[in-house]
Amino acid sequence: MKTVRYALFAVLATSALALNAHAADIVISVTGPMTGSDAAFGEQFRHGAEKAVKNINDQGGVLGKHLKLIVEDDACDPKQAVNVANDAASQGAVMVAGHYCSGSSIPASDVYAENNIVEISPGSTNPKFTERGLANVFRICGRDDMQGPTAANYLAAKFPKARIAIVNDKSSFGKGVTDEFAKTLNAKGIKEVMNEAITAGEKDYSALVSKLKEAKVDFLYYGGYYNEAGLIVRQMRGQGVKTVLVGGDALVASEYWAITGTAGEGTLMTFGPDPRLDHANDALVAQFRAEKYEPEAYTLYTYGAVQAWADAVKTAGTTDAVKVAAALRASQHDTVLGKIGFDAKGDSTAPGYVMYSWKDGKYAALQ
Amino acid sequence: MNYFLQQLINGVTLGAIYGLIAIGYTMVYGIIGMINFAHGDIMMIGAFISLIAFLVIAALGVTSVPLALVLVLVCALFFTSAYGWAVERVAYRRLRGSFKLAPLISAIGMSIVLQNGVQLVQGARVKPLAPVITGGIELSGAESSYPVTLGWLQIVIILLTVALMAGFTWLIQRTSLGRAQRATEQDMGMAMLLGINVDRVISMTFVIGAALAGVAGLMVTLYYGVVDFYIGFNAGMKAFTAAVLGGIGSLPGAMLGGLLIGLIEALWSGYGSIEYKDVAVFAVLILVLMFRPSGLLGKPEVEKV
Repeated sequence: MKTVRYALFAVLATSALALNAHAADIVISVTGPMTGSDAAFGEQFRHGAEKAVKNINDQGGVLGKHLKLIVEDDACDPKQAVNVANDAASQGAVMVAGHYCSGSSIPASDVYAENNIVEISPGSTNPKFTERGLANVFRICGRDDMQGPTAANYLAAKFPKARIAIVNDKSSFGKGVTDEFAKTLNAKGIKEVMNEAITAGEKDYSALVSKLKEAKVDFLYYGGYYNEAGLIVRQMRGQGVKTVLVGGDALVASEYWAITGTAGEGTLMTFGPDPRLDHANDALVAQFRAEKYEPEAYTLYTYGAVQAWADAVKTAGTTDAVKVAAALRASQHDTVLGKIGFDAKGDSTAPGYVMYSWKDGKYAALQ
Repeated sequence: MNYFLQQLINGVTLGAIYGLIAIGYTMVYGIIGMINFAHGDIMMIGAFISLIAFLVIAALGVTSVPLALVLVLVCALFFTSAYGWAVERVAYRRLRGSFKLAPLISAIGMSIVLQNGVQLVQGARVKPLAPVITGGIELSGAESSYPVTLGWLQIVIILLTVALMAGFTWLIQRTSLGRAQRATEQDMGMAMLLGINVDRVISMTFVIGAALAGVAGLMVTLYYGVVDFYIGFNAGMKAFTAAVLGGIGSLPGAMLGGLLIGLIEALWSGYGSIEYKDVAVFAVLILVLMFRPSGLLGKPEVEKV
């Protein structure tokens, strides 16, 4: 009986807390891989969202209320993504800035659709994410059917004679982006010399590396995340293979260089234009740096996702997902990424991809 | 030919690491008939301790690579042995007389405790280590269009594994501890009656298995250069498969199984599709178990009456 009473008390106490939060604040969630092998991106998301929420609250919040940010961790696992999506819904979130991995964003978006929550992903690039006719789903980044072709066009134009291999990690993102890359490459009349898939999470890619050496591959287009890409590059240099790795936006984390060290020199990748270089953002970037955090990669994209949503809420005069989604589509929004709008599917109208190259632990856009 | 040689080198190196871990599984199974699912995570602990030891030793200003390696090896051996001993003492000893599934479940629990413990203390991020030993020998045959690389590190891994296995075989066959272990394996009750301290023998078994896993952890840290809290699961699974393939309970079987799995993975990846290499490994396992249910070198279990 005593335990029952404790349990009841605990339930009452927590629901009271939840009610408090509801009465005072608008709850939004930042969701991404806060743990697990892709945690570097989760950290970028969290920093971007925290700063955006803080700055919006400092300017009086939205609709006269403050924003309250909750952090959800999907570990880039599709099953956990659905769980945390339900958790965000039960905590009353009206907007989710996330998820990162396309494989997580896609199943979670159905939960958000059911619960009338706006989802804006700063980093899910698989086309399928916005292709399923869900009105509440947006992305502020590009799509893999822009990203893959960008790399393919670059290689075909600059190195028409190069021997190119394609490897993916069997994830929604990796498989998707390599398929798009291959399509464009083949349309240009270049046939890849090898097309393979590896298992993410493993450590030994020496057999793949020997195979690349045998096929005399000049460029390896890799669809996958920075851990495996880093290991492959490291093991390539270990076996004396000079192949250049070309990756997608899942390499934009300083963790990539931490794994490769100098072996990562010359790695190519595609990513959106770097908002840090826009002088309009100098003050904001300085704010981040003052807190000893470098707002790299998706940090400012997440910041921009929250900004765009807050702007749409002000226009719509409500946090209701249907009206906010309509407002997001209806006009352009001032964000750190410049003025951006969203098309009928929910894709961002911001410019697509540029090629970057890694050098001395930093990446810079190629001219 | 050169390509084949290169894949062979890849496979043997990988197989050596699997084999070292597999010994821990097979030894524990041989003596107390349980599968120590936490063993892969002991390897992970070994990898983390090696990484920390490297950073500490570098911070202390030791610049000689061989000296640093020996110091790290001693650290890894000491701490993983302590973990192995503690895991047995805490999670298995009290369940020894219990029904067969109890220690198995306890082992799975221990595995989760170790993984999540390391995740909490060390964070969930992948921890990189800059290459400590680089370079190698170029073994190029007549057709030098394909240079075969044998890294120094690969040589170290293979030689160290061979040395450890030789030492280990000697320990089992020639020392009094080895005799006590074999006696305990054959009949625990009788060994006890004859004055063997069975508890101590079992503790030592866990300590030795953990020490070998610790060395494997050091090798993983050095060879791949990244460590995370989850590496124990993958490697543990493969090593367990190696132990079963070679015949669980048989020590040469574990080494053979590890080597075979490493070779199948490398050669299948080299000549077939990398995507299906795990399918190949487990298909071979199924085939072997269909025709030799007790594994390649395992003895069929004789029911004692």
